Amino acid sequence: MAKNISFTIKYWKQNGPKDAGHFEQREMKNIPDDTSFLEMLDILNEQLVNEGKEPFVFDHDCREGICGMCSLYINGTPHGKTATGATTCQLYMRKFNDGDVITVEPWRSAAFPVIKDCMVDRSAFDKIQAAGGYVTVRTGQPQDANAILIPKQDADEAMDCATCIGCGACVAACKNGSAMLYVSSKVSQFALLPQGRPEAAKRAKAMVAKMDELGFGNCTNTRACEAVCPKNESIANIARLNREFIKAKLAD
Amino acid sequence: MATIDSKIPEGLVSEKWTNYKAHQKLVNPKNKRKLDVIVVGTGLAGASAAASLGEMGFKVKNFCIQDSPRRAHSIAAQGGINAAKNYQNDGDSVYRLFYDTVKGGDYRAREANVYRLAEVSASIIDQCVAQGVPFAREYGGMLANRSFGGAQVSRTFYAKGQTGQQLLLGAYSALMCQVNAGTVELYTRYEMLDVVIIDGRARGIIARNLVTGAIERFAAHAVVIGTGGYGNAYFLSTNAMGCNCSAAMACYRKGAYFANPSYVQIHPTCIPVHGDKQSKLTLMSESLRNDGRIWVPKKLEDAKKLQEGKIQGKDIPEEDRDYYLERRYPAFGNLVPRDVASRAAKERCDKGFGVNNTGLAVFLDFSQAIKDFGRKEIEARYGNLFDMYEEITDESPYETPMMIYPAVHYTMGGIWVDYELQTSVKGLFAIGECNFSDHGANRLGASALMQGLADGYFVLPYTIQNYLSDQITVPRFSTDLPEFKAAEEAVKARIQKLFNIKGKRSVDSIHKELGRVMWDYVGMGRTAEGLKIGLAKMKEIRKEFYSNLFVPGTAEGVNVELEKAIRLEDFIIMGELIAHDALTRNESCGGHFREEYQTEEGEAKRDDENFFYVGCWEYQGDDTKEPVLHKEPLVYEAIKVQTRNYKN
Repeated sequence: MAKNISFTIKYWKQNGPKDAGHFEQREMKNIPDDTSFLEMLDILNEQLVNEGKEPFVFDHDCREGICGMCSLYINGTPHGKTATGATTCQLYMRKFNDGDVITVEPWRSAAFPVIKDCMVDRSAFDKIQAAGGYVTVRTGQPQDANAILIPKQDADEAMDCATCIGCGACVAACKNGSAMLYVSSKVSQFALLPQGRPEAAKRAKAMVAKMDELGFGNCTNTRACEAVCPKNESIANIARLNREFIKAKLAD
Repeated sequence: MATIDSKIPEGLVSEKWTNYKAHQKLVNPKNKRKLDVIVVGTGLAGASAAASLGEMGFKVKNFCIQDSPRRAHSIAAQGGINAAKNYQNDGDSVYRLFYDTVKGGDYRAREANVYRLAEVSASIIDQCVAQGVPFAREYGGMLANRSFGGAQVSRTFYAKGQTGQQLLLGAYSALMCQVNAGTVELYTRYEMLDVVIIDGRARGIIARNLVTGAIERFAAHAVVIGTGGYGNAYFLSTNAMGCNCSAAMACYRKGAYFANPSYVQIHPTCIPVHGDKQSKLTLMSESLRNDGRIWVPKKLEDAKKLQEGKIQGKDIPEEDRDYYLERRYPAFGNLVPRDVASRAAKERCDKGFGVNNTGLAVFLDFSQAIKDFGRKEIEARYGNLFDMYEEITDESPYETPMMIYPAVHYTMGGIWVDYELQTSVKGLFAIGECNFSDHGANRLGASALMQGLADGYFVLPYTIQNYLSDQITVPRFSTDLPEFKAAEEAVKARIQKLFNIKGKRSVDSIHKELGRVMWDYVGMGRTAEGLKIGLAKMKEIRKEFYSNLFVPGTAEGVNVELEKAIRLEDFIIMGELIAHDALTRNESCGGHFREEYQTEEGEAKRDDENFFYVGCWEYQGDDTKEPVLHKEPLVYEAIKVQTRNYKN
């Protein structure tokens, strides 16, 4: 059965990328612990609006852990601490205790400027994708789907890489602000499939070049990204990206 | 009454699309570059259309409200996508997929559109595999399939429980490839608020930049909307928080007919409502019904003990369980279509057999499947869904049966379109869930992804050329034209009006009130009397909205409350539209169930003599005026219309 908890919430307010920003805080009383974290923030915003104030702004959409929109840094961890690896929207208040102080911040990374409060601009990810994150294929009449046989193991592995939701938690967790886990997941998905091989070298080079250009940092193997990834992407992908990249460079 | 021309091509149903393509007008490559197309929405339909049109050579502008095209709510579809490949050698064919879809839709879909959908379904799978979508495979390397509701064959392709995500990422990657090539310009965090009509044709849109708050003008030779459904009119639904019907309502206000709004799909397998702070409902994929068995106790006293929390589902012995779907529908069992399964759950719970503290839940039990196939196999099939369920409810479906209850999920109704997917406004097209098209009164599982991609990859890119072919001499439009200016000023005035109300209530508090009225009076079981009460209550809600709404902040910059207020204003009109249509349709069919019209066994009772038509509603110039109904008669040439039967 659900019980109620009371706690303090400290949340980040920032009016645009140039503003210095500051924390505000509020006592939250008797919140049912079967409320999701974002529903708790809905309650906070309802209170703020009822007092004539502007709400606390954050990104969210599907609220079932798949769209990648929600992006809160909770008590020092992207998406907060969840048992099975999950997004902010899948965090429930039962994971917190009476009397807690809960701190909510935006993703902090040079490549993700703050738009307002905890809403950040992640369009850099789209730009990396546009640089080469695809198989070039026309809409129309490709060969029959079963004409390309793919061993189950390869298909499953490609699927694991493809589950990345592009939320950016990996970048937010990395001390260098590196996007290697994100980029390597996409590169790996296509590198593992026969459809992706013809452009594999070009793709790895183009996506890495774009990532560097957009101000993401380098990978120094601290594995913070892997620890916070809500979809359990593995840093083995980064090793694969490095192999693809070196192979491509050697061929130049 | 205006005449409705659905432009269905001549000939046998199986030859219509081929004939159409053979004789339609095309635009040559050089001229394509002179033509601009606006596509609003980046879900399966929008992204696939924008990518395909860009690749063909048109200049495309593509808009979405999210921070990236990849976030559109198509991404949340779990179970799979149907296609008539017959890879399983179980007797599938284009005709059978066509037939199942028409029957599943309770004989209220347009035959010719559905046949085309079934016909192009196989190409979708080919296209997605070529893009690198990692569908599930068998050990030999061939594609795997599973079965879904309303079908007796296994024709559903899937990628774990994340099929929508993988298909959307496929379309997104094709889209980003075109963005890179410079054929598609992307506008993220933009919301379309009006469509601009010049000399009777759609020539652009007015959109709000959700970051700066600026109201901006965009011109094109044609406008395509792929902005999804209107399920959030019910406040609680399986839709994402941002899903809204404002773009569709903008088209409706400018003369596009809205078809069959009362056809709302209530999905049988969602996690039950737990409290009044809840913001959305979470779907548990229909694929779970492949192996899960749905039941409630046979004895009322057992149900009572469950509701009081004195016993658990596993305490009830096998002989005291009522597997009511298997009992009522032996031929399809737990895999009956969604509308049938939802109503059956409601029927049991209304009779007092609900299994949780609210009395509004039934069991979906995997104990038998775990016994038969082993926990490991069940984990491979549904692991991520079970994890999600546990994350939300704090209960493990491996140990104790899941609890589920129906929730608003998908809307079969939408903007009326002809065979070419063109609305009743020239140059304005609607694709995906936002048109009414292919699902009749009820959509089968795994068919939404199929329709979105069929429209975007394989239908619209052809049919839009039939329209654009005579536009090649029309020069690019300037956004300085008076029609653009007038539309922009109207949008600004609308926004100012909302700020000026200066009342006391938040948008959400009024939206929740609307949602409760919709669920109680326009939900799963409707009556003429209830619908009239619902309409009266919605009138009150509109009054409250315009007299007591409070929108903080200003029109400049990010203003989430303003975004929600605009959307709610449109949900109120939408709610009334659904109720009007439901009240007019004196029959039960698919997702529209009128309690007055049912058989002795409680099944939906259609009235083909009087209601064998598409209900097309026309806006009358003012939100408070009742819309006018036009009818598109349904013509069935290939399929014999009969009563749906899932019993034997």
